[in-house]
Amino acid sequence: MAWFGRQRNTFARGIHPPGHKETEAHPIRRLDFAPRLILPLNQHIGKPAIPIVHKNQEVVRGEPIAKADGLFSAPLHAPATGRIEKIDLMPSVKGPKVQSIILKVYSADDQRVRYERPRNMNTLNGSAMIAAIQETGMVGLGGAAFPTHVKLAVPEGYAIDYLIINGCECEPYLTTDHRVMLEWTDDLLAGIAYVQQACGAPRVLLGIEDNKHNAAARIAARLPADGNIEVRSVRTKYPQGSEKLLITVLTGKEVPSGGFPYQVGCVVQNAGTVALLGRLLPRTQGMIERVVTLSGPGINKPGNYLVPLGTPMDYVLEQLGFNGSAGELILGGPMMGTSVASLDVPITKAVSGILALTRETITQQVDGTVYPCIHCGRCLQACPLHLNPTQLGLLAANRDYQAMQDRYHLQDCFECGSCSYVCPANIPLVQYFRIAKAMLREQVA
Amino acid sequence: MGTKLPILELRSSPHMHTPLDVATIMRHVVYALLPLCGFAIYAFGLSALLLIITVAASALLTEHAAQRLSGKATSLRDGSALITGLVLALTLPPGLPLWMGAVAGFIAIALGKVMFGGLGHNVFNPALVGRAFVQVAFPVAITTWHPAFAPQRFSTLIDGSLTLPFLQPATDAVSGATPLGLFKFEHQNSNALDLFLGLHNGTLGETSTLLIVVCGGYLALRGFLNWRIPVAVLLGAALSAGLFHLYSSQTYPDPGFTLCSGGLMLGAWFMATDPVGAPVTPAAIWWFGLLIGAITVVIRLFGALPEGIMYAILLANALAPMLDQLTQPRVYGHPRRPR
Repeated sequence: MAWFGRQRNTFARGIHPPGHKETEAHPIRRLDFAPRLILPLNQHIGKPAIPIVHKNQEVVRGEPIAKADGLFSAPLHAPATGRIEKIDLMPSVKGPKVQSIILKVYSADDQRVRYERPRNMNTLNGSAMIAAIQETGMVGLGGAAFPTHVKLAVPEGYAIDYLIINGCECEPYLTTDHRVMLEWTDDLLAGIAYVQQACGAPRVLLGIEDNKHNAAARIAARLPADGNIEVRSVRTKYPQGSEKLLITVLTGKEVPSGGFPYQVGCVVQNAGTVALLGRLLPRTQGMIERVVTLSGPGINKPGNYLVPLGTPMDYVLEQLGFNGSAGELILGGPMMGTSVASLDVPITKAVSGILALTRETITQQVDGTVYPCIHCGRCLQACPLHLNPTQLGLLAANRDYQAMQDRYHLQDCFECGSCSYVCPANIPLVQYFRIAKAMLREQVA
Repeated sequence: MGTKLPILELRSSPHMHTPLDVATIMRHVVYALLPLCGFAIYAFGLSALLLIITVAASALLTEHAAQRLSGKATSLRDGSALITGLVLALTLPPGLPLWMGAVAGFIAIALGKVMFGGLGHNVFNPALVGRAFVQVAFPVAITTWHPAFAPQRFSTLIDGSLTLPFLQPATDAVSGATPLGLFKFEHQNSNALDLFLGLHNGTLGETSTLLIVVCGGYLALRGFLNWRIPVAVLLGAALSAGLFHLYSSQTYPDPGFTLCSGGLMLGAWFMATDPVGAPVTPAAIWWFGLLIGAITVVIRLFGALPEGIMYAILLANALAPMLDQLTQPRVYGHPRRPR
């Protein structure tokens, strides 16, 4: 029955949570420098960076402070001019403390970027471009934090037909990509050219959800005349921004289970990532800041802010007014983001948003009562991968993790949370699936 | 730092949830059943009112007592027991002795639901389990029909209603047969418009096709029931009835009569759609509905009983897990399963 990509401009199933894009009209503004910045060495998927500075060393804004450990890694740059206070274990979003560089910011400094030089972009061919991209320390800004250059280095034997730029931003509340596409349009188009050069894709498809018409129109008006970039409007639906689903919607191809986009001739990059690359590469600059959406009823001055990496959460909240007496703080979007336990965790490369949901909004949305599964099948109608969350949930309740993996494709689940969102019995389905995956990993280990 | 440290709640994503919950769904199903109950009382009078109250109260009491006996908090608030009671009452003939209605309500919840582990765990539709029990236990009373719109219906009770427990009611000589019975045993056709509007005899809630479609359609439009199930049931019934009608229009009724007579409509919209007994995969849902429609027609035309919807749904309930197993959807990125 299942036939993916048959529907026009969208995938079958998925959900329509309230958009809450309250900050979509807020222009990007710069946030001040916090007195101390905390820079974890593992802000990306892959090997942690290796520090190349020592305690009490003075660094200028933009200077490399940690180098990449091999190909599957990304370097770090000083987000501010200041002095290295120490290199120590610090709390992280994920829970365990991680090795981090702590930077004391010179408050008297004007914080110009001092470590940069213009580069002639025309001379960079494929592999030199990939190396240049790795030097920037760029990772996917959509939330996965996969090093950008790794995705562009296509293995031997695969030809890339399409570079897909993901401008969906399907998570509620988040508006960073929207603002970036609108305000940094020329940087985005420059970045597209660089990335296209790096991966060798002849054609570019830019997928933008139809709730961002102004961004799509602005980009379409500035497209180069050669016609190899195409802006495609896709329907606003969660999780439209999932890499694999977007590939299917735009090209009709389906990435094999457990496979990678290059296997179907595609490379996918987030629009915000590419736009930032378009700013950084011509100046030989490293990634030292990113755009973050601050939103939710707990924040007095919501908006889209250019935040120096390493800025602690409590500084951000102090600047923008956190009014919730109690509540939940989420890094990322409300569907796939992480709630944080402590306010001294920093903004890292992967953080696309900070949401302050007050207790009122949480209790309004989640009634505590968990009912038995009534087999209504809403989760099957929601799962974008056509998994059977009803059956997976029943097996999880019986702790039959092996059957979940062997017969119901547990490992294909990318934890978008649509099943949990729609479940009228309030069964924490995706949470069960995470536990099941962790238990299976432990069995293997 | 100046910020007062708030108490932070830790949750695993997703942090948003649809406001829709089980109790809301059930509440709207009850709302949709109320007009049907109202029409039943209008058509059959005081006896209908008392029967509905008796059956619903019996179902609710049984549910409450069972929860208390097993040391759990009462589950009446989820509304499912009330639905079972109301649906069951709507499948009973108006003159059924009240004590038999109470037994039906008790059996529906005790045997049909609680024994399996309560809400969500029952294999069969609880209301139909209760109904099947009284069908077997009281075969005469359950097939004794009383005319709709009797002149004295709001001031006097139907004779059988107040029969003492464990006694059978005196058989009523002037009882009115249902359109299905008339067709099967006396080869009489009924007026199509009367069938559609509900101006004929039958169980409390099955008579008005129009009202059932309106109330069920409300639930379907609001997404409280899966529209594919009633559509598939009616399609299955219409197709199989049409096939027989084409073969011999003298012997077999036309699809319109099949759809509008008996309990098919009520069953399609309010019983087959009980999600607990229905399958979940998209393909299985269609097969489930088509099967119910087809089996109903086969029982009606070739079985000993004039009506077949009850056994059709119960049979399909039993098959639902197997239908699910046979129709697992193809997952993204996996090859089409070889047949």
